[in-house]
Order: sequence, then C-alpha cells, then structure tokens
Amino acid sequence: MILLRLFFEFFKTGLFAVGGGMATLPFLYDIAERTGWYTTEMLADMIAVSESTPGPIGVNMATYVGYVTAGYAGSVIATLGLITPQIIVILLVARAMKAFRDHPLVDAGFYGLRPCSLGLIAAAGLLVVKLALFNTGLYSETGVLADLFNVKALALAAVLLVCTRYVKKLKSLHPIVFILASAVVGIAFSF
Amino acid sequence: MKLLWELFCAFARVGVMTFGGGYAMLPILEREVVDRHGWATEEELMDYYAVGQCTPGVIAVNVATFVGFKIAGNIGGIVASIGVVTPSVLIIMLISSILTNFADVPAVKSAFAGIRVCVCVLIFNAVLKLWKKAVVDKATLVLFLIVFVLSVFFKISPVWFVVLCAADGIALTRMGVRGK
Repeated sequence: MILLRLFFEFFKTGLFAVGGGMATLPFLYDIAERTGWYTTEMLADMIAVSESTPGPIGVNMATYVGYVTAGYAGSVIATLGLITPQIIVILLVARAMKAFRDHPLVDAGFYGLRPCSLGLIAAAGLLVVKLALFNTGLYSETGVLADLFNVKALALAAVLLVCTRYVKKLKSLHPIVFILASAVVGIAFSF
Repeated sequence: MKLLWELFCAFARVGVMTFGGGYAMLPILEREVVDRHGWATEEELMDYYAVGQCTPGVIAVNVATFVGFKIAGNIGGIVASIGVVTPSVLIIMLISSILTNFADVPAVKSAFAGIRVCVCVLIFNAVLKLWKKAVVDKATLVLFLIVFVLSVFFKISPVWFVVLCAADGIALTRMGVRGK
C-alpha cells in the first residue's frame, strides 16, 4: 500500500529532520535511492519549485514528492506524515513550557536563548541578502567590483526600506502589499 | 469553534504569504499573531523560534503548533498547523498538475527575484524590531554577536547554539551579570 509507505517515510523525515525545511533534503535523497519513487534529478526541480512558491519549503517538498508518487491523495498523505511527529513533539514541549515558564531556571534559559534566536535569524537574513542583492557568482568570474552589486535589486531594496520604515502612510501596510509590489517590479524590470 | 476558525485562517494567511522558508515568515507572523490578534508577544515568538530550532520538523509548523496550543490547547495546535500548510499543499498540487516547468518560466523567475529583495528588507525590519526585546544588556549583545558571526562563517547546527545559549543564560543569571 503505497499511501501507507508514503506516510511512514515522511513521518520518519519529519521526526528526524532538525532545523527547518532544508534539513529534510538528505532524507528526500535517501527516499529516492531506496524506493525509486522519483529520481534525484527530479528532486532538483522540486527544490526550484518549492523555493518559488509560498509556504515552508519542507512542506512544499513533501507535497510535491507525494504528488509525483501517488497523485492528490499522495500529496495530502505525505504532508500529513511530515507534520504529524512535530505537532506531537511541540504539543508536549508547549505543555511542559506552560508548566515551567515562570520557573527562574527556565526564565534564565530564555534570557540566553533570545539573542541566540535573533542571531540565527539575522544570519539567515544575510544569506537572503547575498542571494538577492549581490551577484557573487558573476563577481567571482569577472573580478570586476561593479559586477558584484545587483544595482536594480539594491535600488528596489532602498525604496522598500524607506517605504517600510519612514513613510508614515505606508509603514503600517500589511507586508504582503510590499511582497506583491516587489513581484510586479521584478517582472516589469526583468530582475 | 469561532476561535479555531480564526486560528486556521490566520495561519493559512501566514502560509500563503511566506516565500522562502521559516525565517521569511517572521514579519508576516508578527503582523498576524502579535499585532493583529495579540495571541503571543514578540518575546514568546522568539522563544518559539529558538525551541523550533532544536525540535524536529519545519519551523513554520512548530511556531503554528505553539501559538495554537497557547490559544486553544491541543486542538488549537493541530488546527493552526494544518492551517499553515494548507495553502502550500493546494498551490503545489495545482502547479504540479498543470505546469511541469513552473520554476523555469522567465516571468516567475523575475517575480521571485523581486520578492527576494522584499524579503531581505522585511527580515531586516523584523530583526531591528526584535533587537530591543532580545539584546537587553552587554551579555546578550555578546551572545548575539557570537551566534551571528559563527553561523555566518561556519556550518554549525543551530541546535548547538540553542543548547549552549540556554545554558549560558542560566550561568549568566546565576553570576549576576544579567541586566548590566
């Protein structure tokens, strides 16, 4: 029964992939090799699609693999398999946190955790900056400093920064407005 | 029941607007969960992110489960988690059934190059906003810098940072360095 196996394989992935969507990747390669449901080349395409559609990448990958393997039912089953273990784990952790949140030791732990969390977020943000605003690939080929900067993208970033931080009327808009506007600008100026 | 529906819708909105993984979701999540519904504080969101780093699975779903549980118990956790994944499941199903080379369409590529720029700015704003809550004294500033620099230059599992920083927080509090 392929649906049952799909659920089980993704349950395992969800249980052992620690640290976000990209952590599921090694597991997906492993599944491809063991089951032959899809090839590793197909995985590369899946990553591209997952990265260019909304939603958590891990979930996108599970849906895609599920669809390729067993159609619509496969999509749903693979995704449920992926998220079931983590929902159970977090419900247990949340229960424990609720009980011990005010304990001085837990409070002290979180005092150290918050700057850590922020440091990880900032580092992840820097990765996106490198990808979106700079042509590191082109620069390493040509060695011309001007090639390093993606001028169009930097200009858009500057405009967005001003709009989201300093223009009173725009500042309070939902982030999706800026995301959609950026997509339109991207197409209009062929980023 | 109404609350569960609200949870589902709020997290479905988060799911549909998240481009590029769990960290990119932070600005949207702040908007929906902190500003709009007041379901959690900014500090709590950061705590959830930290815990989500060292528990298995997708971080977006971890945060959804946390917030859902806080608001409406176990069932809330499940409903919020399903909410956050529903849009992606529908979108991917649609794309895989009609377009096999979606990611190669030039317009799609350009649109996402534009979106990535926006995501940079949104994450930058979110980091500035959270800064005040996380970096409260000299010790936390040092912790932030260490984690930031090490994770930029080395490939270290976030789990180590999380475990060591929690231990550090306890040690620093014990030593009486906290707040200075």
